[in-house]
Amino acid sequence: MIASLLTQIPVPKDIPLPLPMAEWILVVVLILSFLLHILFINLMVGGSILTFWYEVRGLKNKDYDTLAREIAGTITVNKSLAVVLGVAPLLSINVLYTVYFYSANALTGNMWISIVPWVTVAFLVLYLHKYSWDRLKDNKTLHIGILGIGVVSFLMIPFIFLTNINLMLFPEKWGVVKGFTDALTLPNVFPRYLHFLTASMAISGFFLAWWFGRKSFKLVDNYESITKTDIKKQMLNLALIATGMQFIFGPLLLITLPSQGVTWGLLGVISGGVTVATIVIYQLWKLINEKNEIISRRFYVVVVLFFILVSFMGTGRHLYRENALKTHRQMMAERTAAHWEAVEKARNNELTPADETQTLLSPGEQLYETNCSVCHAAAQRLVGPPLTEIVPIYENNLEALKQWIKEPGRKRMDYPPMAGFPNLNDQQLTNISNYLLQGKWK
Amino acid sequence: MDFPLFHLDFMGNRMLVAIIAIIHVIINHALAVGFIPLVTFLEFRGYQIKKYNPEKGKVWDENTRKLLFFAFIITTSLGALTGVGIWFATSLANPASIGSLIRVFYFAWLSEWVVFVLEVIFIMIYYLTWKSSNKSVRNKKRHIIFGAWLSFFSFLTMAIIVGILGFMMDPGSWEERKTLLSGFVNPLYFPQLIFRAPVAMMMAGCVALLATMFFLQKENQWRPGILRHISFWILLWMPLAVVGAFTYYWYIPRSMIGNLPVAIATQQFQEWYDSLITVIIAVSAIGFAIGTLGVFAPRRLPKYLLIIPVLASFLFLGTFERVREFIRKPYVIGDYMYANGFLKEEYPLYQQTGLLKNTPYSSIKEITEENKTEAGEVIFNLTCTRCHTTHGINSVVRNFELMYGEEKPLVADAMKAYMKNMHNIRYYMPPFPGNDEELEALAFYIIQQQSRPKRMEGAQLKGVEVKELDY
Repeated sequence: MIASLLTQIPVPKDIPLPLPMAEWILVVVLILSFLLHILFINLMVGGSILTFWYEVRGLKNKDYDTLAREIAGTITVNKSLAVVLGVAPLLSINVLYTVYFYSANALTGNMWISIVPWVTVAFLVLYLHKYSWDRLKDNKTLHIGILGIGVVSFLMIPFIFLTNINLMLFPEKWGVVKGFTDALTLPNVFPRYLHFLTASMAISGFFLAWWFGRKSFKLVDNYESITKTDIKKQMLNLALIATGMQFIFGPLLLITLPSQGVTWGLLGVISGGVTVATIVIYQLWKLINEKNEIISRRFYVVVVLFFILVSFMGTGRHLYRENALKTHRQMMAERTAAHWEAVEKARNNELTPADETQTLLSPGEQLYETNCSVCHAAAQRLVGPPLTEIVPIYENNLEALKQWIKEPGRKRMDYPPMAGFPNLNDQQLTNISNYLLQGKWK
Repeated sequence: MDFPLFHLDFMGNRMLVAIIAIIHVIINHALAVGFIPLVTFLEFRGYQIKKYNPEKGKVWDENTRKLLFFAFIITTSLGALTGVGIWFATSLANPASIGSLIRVFYFAWLSEWVVFVLEVIFIMIYYLTWKSSNKSVRNKKRHIIFGAWLSFFSFLTMAIIVGILGFMMDPGSWEERKTLLSGFVNPLYFPQLIFRAPVAMMMAGCVALLATMFFLQKENQWRPGILRHISFWILLWMPLAVVGAFTYYWYIPRSMIGNLPVAIATQQFQEWYDSLITVIIAVSAIGFAIGTLGVFAPRRLPKYLLIIPVLASFLFLGTFERVREFIRKPYVIGDYMYANGFLKEEYPLYQQTGLLKNTPYSSIKEITEENKTEAGEVIFNLTCTRCHTTHGINSVVRNFELMYGEEKPLVADAMKAYMKNMHNIRYYMPPFPGNDEELEALAFYIIQQQSRPKRMEGAQLKGVEVKELDY
């Protein structure tokens, strides 16, 4: 019994409203806005890790402290863009995968909502770090410690997103997962995480190579031992190594994907991506070996290649999601259709034999049942006093009773005040009052 | 029903949404919409002063920069995250409702997003170019003009958002007119706008007054002048804020209540509505007192007590924000979806065949004597938890005790009679969506909860049970 319960797949029904625009437009908005969002997320995460790394190195060589500070300056802008740019893909995934996304959110709800305070704190900590550089220059342990809180947060928070985006793809797991930790340990989350983190390092290295390599960037005098070429080279090295590592984490991710979504089409798209990645590696290698101080034209070639690469991978991601959910979506559509047929039948009273008792009641009794019996009973105190106490007061005084029902005052302080019924018309009030005064309720 | 249900059994889901939303709205009004014009105004004054008194001008400029720095830090962290947080929280609190709204307002929200992205970029430019703007007079002029443009832009953002809000809050337009324009021609549009804009300015002034007290030393000879300007700013906008508040106050019952079951609504609405006028008067008095004191005797402004006008102005806005929630009930989407997440149209099916038969997220198909408590809990979860908790905020047990008398054991028959028809006398309550056996189990569960309180965990902790449905 238990075992069969565990393997059952929930088939909820879908929101019965049409999509707001053609599905393909939504998909395009989702993929593009997501790539833009993740680009700045990568820069934010990678940038803060690099700041940390260089500030620690700066303990021995002052130049690296200066470099760390330059990098920290970019995070403020990148992180703000990362957050606002996240709204469009959030909206799009909400509208395209409503049931899936919200189900995953609810099942990991505590961690999901903790993103809000956690990221807020991480951002404030980063500001504190950035603007306390001079004040804390003699207390580097504290200063680096503050950054540490931010970096650890940025390393942990992606797990919450990845867990959600992974869990939404597997409705068969929804009945099994008990809380965030369970969802986190589903097979695909960690490979996704490694893939993301390496991408962050690659993108950040590549971005910073441009940032420090651009013509308008002048090395200030306070660099003693390192040159512009050094920095550029270090950043490009990072980009190359990290991109190279994706050749390990990429396949790991693919292998751990549950097979239900893997198709030849998907493999085709991914192979396309892999091919581009190989070219990227080669071009990065060439770029590193160029001797000039300023970033060359080859850099922009790699930018384009990166864009193509990311588009392949973004499309692959989307294809997998579509494939993985295809069967379940079909089931959901059938159930939704069946449900609305049943709703229609219920509305036409085709499901149950017509209830005759309702029509046998007098109009006054009917009104009494739906309005008054909520709070009053014949001989028993409910919310209000029993009829046996009320009715004698109004004997032969129909009008007073009608008036009271319409706009009651408050007589008994040990009862909550009665709600008035100004919505009932005179005839209705007369009917109720007659019903009460005639005493048929006894 | 069709979602695993997140539930906070102490705080309640609505409180979660309310906290996040109100923080966001306050930051948006006090530190963006109202703050940028104030900062631009102060920057411009500093620029003028600098011409004849460079030292004084510098203090002005630096203090204004610090004010903007403060706003910049808060808006780009807490402000931005609570903005996104509203999406997160509403999707947990009522997924059916936000999922439906998103299908209709996707385009509106996407446009709002574009404006929002631009606003963040502009605020960053404005702040991050401040120091370099002091290099030359020309730069400073350009910077001030950019500030003015940004002020206009933030106002525009608000004008757009109020339109979208108006559209969503107009209960009648949901089914009939699905064009966004109706939000802007809605009778509440201008009252809302002329209320919000000056209130935002006033709030910004209150915050700036408090912040300046901390940024500048008491001994600083230019401090009184700056405080006087900010106080003047508060006084300047106050009459408009009060007029706006009264206009809004006057329009609320005339336009929004119109679509509700008027008469029933009135009585419960009236209590809340009356409290509004008290708030308007109290807050205006505080604002007026502080503003006047600041203009005539800035040296006497009390440093820490300045938190009072800040909180009062927040309260001012907060009270009015409640109207939107209040007006909507018992629906979450006017005449379409009830606050419990069930569609009006689906009610006959559920009331005839039962909720349990129709939910994939419970293993129970039939209610028996053995599973009655368990079934009651499922029903409670499905029908009540979007607004109520067992023993926390807006507790069901407590609400029943308030009606039937404290510490008296609850009686199932009375509760059943009440829940079956409660929507007739408590207009904000949706009708009970299930069948009689389910009502019975629910009453049973609540009675159990009264005698043996037991926390009800949401899906985020206990997960969901799944059953296959026949369809």
